[in-house]
Amino acid sequence: MKPVQPRPGPQVVVAAAGPAAERSLHPRPGPGRTGSARETPGPGPAPALVFPRPVTVTAGLAAPTGAWGGARPPRPVPAPPACPEPGHSPPQPCGGVTASALPDSAVPWLRPRETMEFAELIKTPRVDNVVLHRPFYPAVEGTLCLTGHHLILSSRQDNTEELWLLHSNIDAIDKRFVGPLGTIIIKCKDFRIIQLDIPGMEECLNIASSIEALSTLDSITLMYPFFYRPMFEVVEDGWHSFLPEQEFELYSSATSEWRLSYVNKEFAVCPSYPPIVIVPKPIDDEALRKVATFRHGGRFPVLSYYHKKNGMVIMRSGQPLTGTNGRRCKEDEKLINATLRAGKRGYIIDTRSLNVAQQARAKGGGFEQEAHYPQWRRLHKSIERYPILQESLIKLVEACNDQTHNMDRWLGRLEASNWLTHIKEILTTACLAAQCIDREGASILIHGTEGTDSTLQVTSLAQIILEPRSRTIRGFEALIEREWLQAGHPFQQRCAQSAYCNSKQKWESPVFLLFLDCVWQILRQFPCSFEFNENFLIMLFEHAYASQFGTFLGNNESERCKLKLQQKTMSLWSWVNRPSELSKFTNPLFEANNLVIWPSVAPQSLQLWEGIFLRWNRSSKYLDEAYEEMVNIIEYNKELQAKVNVLRRQLAELETEDGMQESP
Amino acid sequence: MGLPNNYWQLSDVNRDYRVCDSYPTELYVPKSATAHIIVGSSKFRSRRRFPALSYYYKDNHASICRSSQPLSGFSARCLEDEQMLQAIRKANPGSDFIYVVDTRPKLNAMANRAAGKGYENEDNYSNIKFQFIGIENIHVMRSSLQKMLEVCELKSPSMSDFLWGLENSGWLRHIKAIMDAGIFIAKAVSEEGASVLVHCSDGWDRTAQVCSVASLLLDPHYRTLKGFMVLIEKDWISFGHKFNHRYGNLDGDPKEISPVIDQFIECVWQLMEQFPCAFEFNERFLIHIQHHIYSCQFGNFLCNSQKERQELKIQERTYSLWAHLWKNRADYMNPLFRADHSQTRGTLRLPTTPCNFMYKFWNGMYNRFEKGLQPRQSVTDYLMAVKEETQQLEEELEALEERLEKIQKVQLNHTKVKSKQSEPSKHSGFSTSDNSTANTPQDYSGNMKSFPSRSPSQGDEDSALILTQDNLKSSDPDLSANSDQESGVEDLSCRSPSGGECAPSEDSAKDRDSDEAVFLTA
Repeated sequence: MKPVQPRPGPQVVVAAAGPAAERSLHPRPGPGRTGSARETPGPGPAPALVFPRPVTVTAGLAAPTGAWGGARPPRPVPAPPACPEPGHSPPQPCGGVTASALPDSAVPWLRPRETMEFAELIKTPRVDNVVLHRPFYPAVEGTLCLTGHHLILSSRQDNTEELWLLHSNIDAIDKRFVGPLGTIIIKCKDFRIIQLDIPGMEECLNIASSIEALSTLDSITLMYPFFYRPMFEVVEDGWHSFLPEQEFELYSSATSEWRLSYVNKEFAVCPSYPPIVIVPKPIDDEALRKVATFRHGGRFPVLSYYHKKNGMVIMRSGQPLTGTNGRRCKEDEKLINATLRAGKRGYIIDTRSLNVAQQARAKGGGFEQEAHYPQWRRLHKSIERYPILQESLIKLVEACNDQTHNMDRWLGRLEASNWLTHIKEILTTACLAAQCIDREGASILIHGTEGTDSTLQVTSLAQIILEPRSRTIRGFEALIEREWLQAGHPFQQRCAQSAYCNSKQKWESPVFLLFLDCVWQILRQFPCSFEFNENFLIMLFEHAYASQFGTFLGNNESERCKLKLQQKTMSLWSWVNRPSELSKFTNPLFEANNLVIWPSVAPQSLQLWEGIFLRWNRSSKYLDEAYEEMVNIIEYNKELQAKVNVLRRQLAELETEDGMQESP
Repeated sequence: MGLPNNYWQLSDVNRDYRVCDSYPTELYVPKSATAHIIVGSSKFRSRRRFPALSYYYKDNHASICRSSQPLSGFSARCLEDEQMLQAIRKANPGSDFIYVVDTRPKLNAMANRAAGKGYENEDNYSNIKFQFIGIENIHVMRSSLQKMLEVCELKSPSMSDFLWGLENSGWLRHIKAIMDAGIFIAKAVSEEGASVLVHCSDGWDRTAQVCSVASLLLDPHYRTLKGFMVLIEKDWISFGHKFNHRYGNLDGDPKEISPVIDQFIECVWQLMEQFPCAFEFNERFLIHIQHHIYSCQFGNFLCNSQKERQELKIQERTYSLWAHLWKNRADYMNPLFRADHSQTRGTLRLPTTPCNFMYKFWNGMYNRFEKGLQPRQSVTDYLMAVKEETQQLEEELEALEERLEKIQKVQLNHTKVKSKQSEPSKHSGFSTSDNSTANTPQDYSGNMKSFPSRSPSQGDEDSALILTQDNLKSSDPDLSANSDQESGVEDLSCRSPSGGECAPSEDSAKDRDSDEAVFLTA
């Protein structure tokens, strides 16, 4: 685990292009400029010239508080490549409680071309006397600043809360005017709603249109992860933490029936699969190519999970393209049968109802006919498709934010959102899958239509149930890497908008959030069996929707490769897997439980995930205090245990010495 | 409560239940309320349940009083009753008015007027603020519970079935209404410093619920194990809540049965969910009390009034639940409770905005026999076990320190050369300073603390869940666990709980012994 070499990235470009930026910016003061450069008391005039204008404003603002990284002295022009700076307070995750500073974000080193683009988007970079309203906090008056990627509100006083909000976290905004006072209501992807009162109609309009533009950038490479420079020491590069080869090694010690295939190296066979997949050993790459043509999106059956206890497996794929005339594919049948032991039968779990699966034939899709797959039994479960899930989320968040209705209306609206119904359906299907594996001793193949949404929910939850490792922090990260990122869940599309989006775009859906919610439900029922706590799940939710890290960018590995995310952005895991961060996400109650855990899916056992959905609508003070108390109790116990152990040993040693002494 | 004082006195006006047979014999009333006023007022109140003190808030002299509805009909007045309320107001010099809270829905109260009962007319009483809080009557509550239990008993219901059923039962709405009333009164007392008179119809159901919820919010004492027993004795048992009728202890009118105290107990649970550190007792305590209200195993909840209990000599002929609970109190403790915690002290403040989502279905109560529906691991039990272990460790630590001190004294006298010689032979895994001075353990634990993610009891998964005496008695596993921890310093990630790691460390422990043996033979 040696520190990662500094990578050539945007930083270097900036260092080289610094003077160019200076030149190009200098003769072109932006609109609404109020001599902000002169106000910069901290770092001196140099950064004011080198940095793009909006950033300068930030730096000037930061200097008086002294708490922000913005006041960092400028680097000499032939700057050494950005090296991680130890000892600097780490940036917080983008969302959430992130009122505190992201030290480095104040000085994103922008490339000149993009600087200009942002500068044009930012009509008014700074407004004074803006009042911020948030539930459960007193209103804060301060200066509002817009940078290329953040909306910042500072009261310019020590010890007061400030707002640092990634533009990409903004889901929707509303404007209102009362006389000369404008109000912008910002609705975030993490469901938070904040209100900014901005004096001056023109300023307010400018800010609103800038936010709108900056929160809906059309190019991924303009997103914050491409500009973010970590201020923490990278101990372990998260991009290399979970390599498919390593994951495979975990299985290959137990079985030789599987192999790694590089058939998709160029993403030619299946654009949404990673370059390396695990397939049955007897099936060669040529056969895989043929099977790919028979499966939706080229998603041929691959190994998802190997149950060491009895050698049964979970495979996943896209739907078979049988069409109306019942097309079949010998290689497909052979591939699937190759996973069965002699005389064994398997289950195919179709995450669609039989009806929906039958309808899919008209569009060229379909399901496996018993006649062609005699060793397999097909089970249909109905997990809703993503547009319906999106609708459900919108209704749920609406209900949670509505404080006016009485008790009955609340339960009615909770019911009407169907969110918990979806949770129950997904969990039930995952339990069924786990049951097939562990209790029936049968292998399973899971697919829905594309095999990128409900399929992944089921395969990953089944692993949480079956595999103790996936209930550890690293194991869970590996699971997300394997079953979501590598497996090609289209994060970019699904998480582009959240519960407040008005525009009817058709790809958004809280598929991943539903998965996290299901994990939370299991965690609630088995509070001592998970190494991570609820905050870990919340953190993942936030970063899936808006992040300074590149992990959740792109829709699949192919896109991530093209974007060169590994070279140009930081991995979320690099940040999370440092001891200082891990301690926040570690469940103090964890006691390794090597058993399969069977959650209850009865309605009485499922609850609304308040930590996510009511997070901004209730004060969690007392619950936080309780958590703290719990940690204290356990820490004190550990401390005593350690002390007692030391004394016991000392005593034992002394006593033996004593004995020895007396014996001669 | 700091009583009696200048404003309140113990009155014996109800000696031998002369005035009101459903009240206790000893009651606190305002000092200025003469026997004449009390008797006069009692004649103007349903079942002669005149206003009497339920809770006195020391900090600002505000009080909660309770009574039954006045027999006002459409226009009747009673001078003594008006004087009685005035006396209550005057007993609180900090405020120039009192609240009169009628916990019934307005419609019900108005209907009562036709029967010559009703509610106070603000014009007739000086300086009262009258307030309705709509809590439904016992019949509505009975059928609400019935409906909710039907939902609980559904065979594999869908999420919609369950939520719709829960909503249609109205149960949580009723719970919220009771809580709202309690919150209103607690606020009036603690924030406005105003005294409150609470009544419903007869003043023994909703009034009891509301007064006890308010007391619980206001006074940390009632959130302790003992205090909670006192609270039930006070507002429920002594003030004549009709246990026999409400819980069907004897064959009686089924229309009299209603889950009145069940609702109060659920309110307590709802509060515990929101203030996890504020209560000394845990959920199990509540469930056991609820169980015994129906079990008739103990005498506390028999009969409808103190008078009946006295006549039947209940105290002499039955056992008290409280003694039983107190004996087993270790089972009922909330591990998160700490007497000096900020949540423990003072008034519990709930958010002012009505948050409907605060009230949740109490799975632990209504599905308590369906173990499959309960969380499979209990945080409370886990923490209780940890705390118990901690206590044992504390004791052991003390004993060990003592022994160590003794031995070291003896050893110092023996030989210093010996210890010097033995040092190089120590196993590399142990710090050499370990056995030198008594203050080492502290330093060591300081070290330990900086690795918070380590599991305390490797090797034995259940050791913290089910406290194993063996763990404490036999030193071997602990020795190994300890060296385990030391090796954990090298590599945080390899802290697998399997026994695999214990084995080598056990070896190392043996190694050390053999090393020493070699040394000695040499």
